[in-house]
Amino acid sequence: MTLVLDIAFTHVRSRARQTLVAIAGVSIGVGFSIMMAALMQGSQDDFIRQLVNALPHITISDERRDPPMQPAESEYAAARIYGLTPERRRRGIKNPLATIASLEGWVPGAVAPSVKVQGILRYASRDVGTSIFGIDPHREPRVSDLVNQMRQGTLASLYRANNAIILGDRLAEKIGARVGANITVQTSEGARIDSQVVGFFHSGVRSIDESASYVLVRTAQILARQTGLVNEIRVRVTDPMAAREVSARIEQETRYKSVSWQEAHEDLLNTFVIRNLIMYTIVGAILLVASFGTYNIISTITHEKARDIAIMKSLGLSEGTVRTIFVIEGQILGLVGGLIGFVFGYLLCLALGSIEIKSPFLDATRLPLAYSPWHYAIALCVAMVSSFAAGYVPARRAARLHPVEIIRGAT
Amino acid sequence: MTGVPLVEARQVTRILPGIVPTTLVRDVSLAVGEREFVAITGPSGSGKSSLLYLLGLLDLPTSGEVLIRGRATASMSEVERGQIRLSTLGFVFQFHFLLPEFSVIDNVMLPMRALGALSPAAMRERASSLLSALGLGEHMSKRPDQLSGGQRQRVAVARALANDPPLILADEPTGSLDSKSSEQVFEILRDVVEGRGKTVIAVTHDLELAARMHRRIQLIDGAITSDAQRQPIVT
Repeated sequence: MTLVLDIAFTHVRSRARQTLVAIAGVSIGVGFSIMMAALMQGSQDDFIRQLVNALPHITISDERRDPPMQPAESEYAAARIYGLTPERRRRGIKNPLATIASLEGWVPGAVAPSVKVQGILRYASRDVGTSIFGIDPHREPRVSDLVNQMRQGTLASLYRANNAIILGDRLAEKIGARVGANITVQTSEGARIDSQVVGFFHSGVRSIDESASYVLVRTAQILARQTGLVNEIRVRVTDPMAAREVSARIEQETRYKSVSWQEAHEDLLNTFVIRNLIMYTIVGAILLVASFGTYNIISTITHEKARDIAIMKSLGLSEGTVRTIFVIEGQILGLVGGLIGFVFGYLLCLALGSIEIKSPFLDATRLPLAYSPWHYAIALCVAMVSSFAAGYVPARRAARLHPVEIIRGAT
Repeated sequence: MTGVPLVEARQVTRILPGIVPTTLVRDVSLAVGEREFVAITGPSGSGKSSLLYLLGLLDLPTSGEVLIRGRATASMSEVERGQIRLSTLGFVFQFHFLLPEFSVIDNVMLPMRALGALSPAAMRERASSLLSALGLGEHMSKRPDQLSGGQRQRVAVARALANDPPLILADEPTGSLDSKSSEQVFEILRDVVEGRGKTVIAVTHDLELAARMHRRIQLIDGAITSDAQRQPIVT
């Protein structure tokens, strides 16, 4: 094996210029792949982080996933009954405090009650629909990131005034309200109260910032016209990625519809699959192009070394040994190029991460980048595989050369 | 010749396929034993080199059989034939065919490293002693392009002797050399036979050199027309 390595290293070393070009090709390919992966992964992580933080990880509502069976349906063995008015059920989660206590017993994280009401905000003759969440300012920081999302005021400000309300910054912008403004809140239940704006929040998710508002639990109960109502339980789990599994168990135990953040944003998360597919296609294409450089040099070496191949084979070196020599040459280029590409890719990431951006569409002031050893490992693997393929084809051709033909040609 | 021949061709024919098939070697039978110094002569295109490549297992006969020390080679795998070339045969070509990026000593060590029978120190020791014996002791670390044609050919002989094979096959070993270098190389080959007890089969069109060898086989149109045995080597 040392002979094979010796010959391979000697060939690569003796073609310094071509070797450098091939290594540069692989390095650039690997470097840009790492940078692309860091950028794509970073933006994805940042986006998911915003999604995760925007809402509680799990929301248990007073709905059922499957509509409950109506009395007529259970009474008659008909296939389907039309035209019945469904039985009215009292809204809210039954025994909310007991349910919360039960969940706190096993859920890895925190649990808090809330009341969700749909309403209309009216201010300066502007009407805007909103989802009003009744929260407990003491428990809310344990289940959502709202406390950190406050741009003006604090959660405690909800205690400052009667019927105080915190608005999403885009929602406030829509109706033109500022902190201290008195607005009217009306619900479909017919409740109507005057509220004072005591703060704004900004979650970073547009759909939330332009539609959500927060009040105290009792204010929400007044708006829902139901004393003691708790129609949502908000859960924050220790590991956000485990929210789907925890949510499924909660649903199984409570029978109430439990929605994890992954389910709530399923459509967005699905787009990441396509996004990642595009990313890996681009990264693959970059490395494929880089591997042409390797193919080129190994092809050139095998062409130039036809006579040496004949000599080695005439001495008794087997086809396999000759093939291994040139495959190793490809692997040397892939490995060295890959390692230099690591440094290049890291520097590219640092450079990209240092660029300041000011965009009205982004909260970030710098591009979000993810530094993961996997990016480096995958880029190196692809580089090695493509270098192997690039080296193998000419190596196989070289190994099959008939020594007699070359010796005759030389003489 | 007594006992099993070192190399034997039995009705060997080699036809080069093509639109018009060309017969390179036609129904050749010969046996070469230990310590023979054999010249294969003939006009250009008579099949001398082709016969040598067949005897050296570099090429396969279309029909017939080549035996090395009584072992049939036609059914051997490429790897097995390679092993025989490494251990039993040494080649010297008209052009030195040394690996240009390697030093003289590394070129000589190449077959030894491929065979892997000796330790690195023993390989270096043997290569260095071979080169010294051939008058190249001062040139061991040089590259082939730093040597004269005669010196390169002597390195090629040293490489052929590296694994101490009993049979050296030389294809026009003096063909590209001036008369002085030719004489040196010829003397080395003679010493390989007479001093080291090897067998040398050399293709040459130099009838004067061939006349100084102990056996002359003449080929015309791929067939042996004469096989003149002069005298056995006495040691």
